[in-house]
Amino acid sequence: MDFQQTIQQLINGLGLGSIYALIALGYTMVYGVLRFINFAHSDVLMLGAFSALYIAPKVEKVLGPQSVTGAILVIVFSAAVCACLGMLIEFLAYRPLRNRPKLTVLITAIGVSLFIEFTCQNDAIFGSATRAFPKLLPEQQFHLGKIVLGSNDIIVPVVTALLLVGMWFIVQKTRIGTAMRAVSFNQQAASLMGVPVNRIISFTFGLGSALAAVAGILYSMKAPGIEPLMGVQPGLRAFIAAVVGGIGNLPGAVLGGLLIGVLETFAGGIPGLSNYRDAIAFGILILILLFKPAGLLGRATIEKV
Amino acid sequence: MPDPLPPVEKPAPVAAGFSLLTGAKRWLVVGIALALLASYFSGTFNRYYLGIGIDVGIAIILAVSLNLINGHTGQFSLGHAGFMAVGGYFAAWLSLQMGVNAKVMFPLSLLAGGLFAAVVGLVVGVPSLRLRGDYLAIVTLGFGEIIRVIAQNTEAVGAASGLKGIPKFTNLGWTFGLAAVTIYAITALVNSTYGRGFLAVHDDEIAAESSGIGTTRYKVTAFVTGAFFAGIAGGLYAHHKQFLAPTGFDWLKSVEIVVMVILGGMGRTVGVIAAAILLTVMPELLRDFAEYRMIVYALLIIFLMLVRPGGLFSINFKRRSAA
Repeated sequence: MDFQQTIQQLINGLGLGSIYALIALGYTMVYGVLRFINFAHSDVLMLGAFSALYIAPKVEKVLGPQSVTGAILVIVFSAAVCACLGMLIEFLAYRPLRNRPKLTVLITAIGVSLFIEFTCQNDAIFGSATRAFPKLLPEQQFHLGKIVLGSNDIIVPVVTALLLVGMWFIVQKTRIGTAMRAVSFNQQAASLMGVPVNRIISFTFGLGSALAAVAGILYSMKAPGIEPLMGVQPGLRAFIAAVVGGIGNLPGAVLGGLLIGVLETFAGGIPGLSNYRDAIAFGILILILLFKPAGLLGRATIEKV
Repeated sequence: MPDPLPPVEKPAPVAAGFSLLTGAKRWLVVGIALALLASYFSGTFNRYYLGIGIDVGIAIILAVSLNLINGHTGQFSLGHAGFMAVGGYFAAWLSLQMGVNAKVMFPLSLLAGGLFAAVVGLVVGVPSLRLRGDYLAIVTLGFGEIIRVIAQNTEAVGAASGLKGIPKFTNLGWTFGLAAVTIYAITALVNSTYGRGFLAVHDDEIAAESSGIGTTRYKVTAFVTGAFFAGIAGGLYAHHKQFLAPTGFDWLKSVEIVVMVILGGMGRTVGVIAAAILLTVMPELLRDFAEYRMIVYALLIIFLMLVRPGGLFSINFKRRSAA
């Protein structure tokens, strides 16, 4: 592999990794406030892609094809739809279980995930066939020597960076972000201090689901098509990214996402390893769990009785 | 100093010579006798019902062994189908290698498949079980994925097109005999003095740890034992269907086993067995509604967790407080 190929793979890897990072942000935020893996997160991503599929033609009618404003509108609408869905899922399935063992909530989350996947696979909803995703933006390719840089390769990392800054601002600088951190730190104490815990958790789910929708659309822009199980693979890798970076830690999620995206892309370019590409993320996960269970940027927690 | 783990109260054995006939052992003997009888007459059964009967037996082994991990020990594994695949592929490969002697060596192939699955379980379990609960779910889910990828890329086991031409050695006798052994072994393990540790880990990990129970050790033991029996079930499955495809062991297969355990009530062996029978026979009766099966499973999981976390057959509904 020469230098230019390496750069090319690095660009592709960062594009993929940014998407993983966006999904991982949602996992990590929900984990931060509720301490459980929201298995349905990857299905919210799928629902985001599908809502874009349905919204895009309507926006196109008004604004003409492939306009930047149109693309932003589609993303904002889909994010709003998914934010509502995320809050609805939390309200119906997770809120009644607020004081139950974590395992119960985890199993429910798996149930919710399966329910969304299989309901959407039914012919009456989306059907299980792969569908073409509309082109939201005109695609351009820039050639720098042998390196090919697609417009998507630039858009995806930029959007991720902007959203990460936005998340950091919300969590660190706003009133509701302070409340989120309080709930994450100690739910009971936060509630005693007058933090409306349920509303904060609801908001966190909405925020995470909106991120998942954006990630779903960005993912679909490069994927050959979309189908109801499309979220499972990127969802798993993003969860691993969140764990690798230290779950509950926002910069950690991004770092983990980029790391896994890049490593996976490089492995895909090596002939002997390319068949095992799907297994790489899990290999990394097991290594991290063995040597640094709190994740790269996470702090080890002390169990108090 | 008093023993931190008081042994289970059980009736004193009448005499050492008759101990074979007390308690759970009696059921083991009865089960194996019935299995032998059934396999003797199985030539007269309808092949379709025979097939479902074997499916039921394999499902019982899978569900009871997963119950040790997910029920008694309170961990959450989503990779049981992966261990089934490991055992199944290994046993089938051995059978195909041995050729003529394969039928005589069938029990050994099954055992080897189970042991191989147990070794893999150890490798997967040690890193993930040092941590709490939900990591295991993700690691085991990913492990199933890795097994699928490996099976798809290994020419010796047929790669993506699957392993064909496995001899048909599984019959009712082997299936239900081994199901009886599984039920007995796991019940006896949990009810032994040592086995109290599994329940302690399930009830409160911190309290168990501070009473001197090596929680990781117990979790790994449960995980490896479960993997062993799943591997045996895989071997039976391979020699029953005579064909193994890598896609047949995806995580939905694991979910199916998990649903059996949840439906039966985590940690309730009888309930889990009943659920395994119910969930294997029902899809056969409701073939017309096959496309709704997974939707129903999903709703069942959510409904049971919200309303009856003790399983469908639990009589008293105990609300557990958060740990």
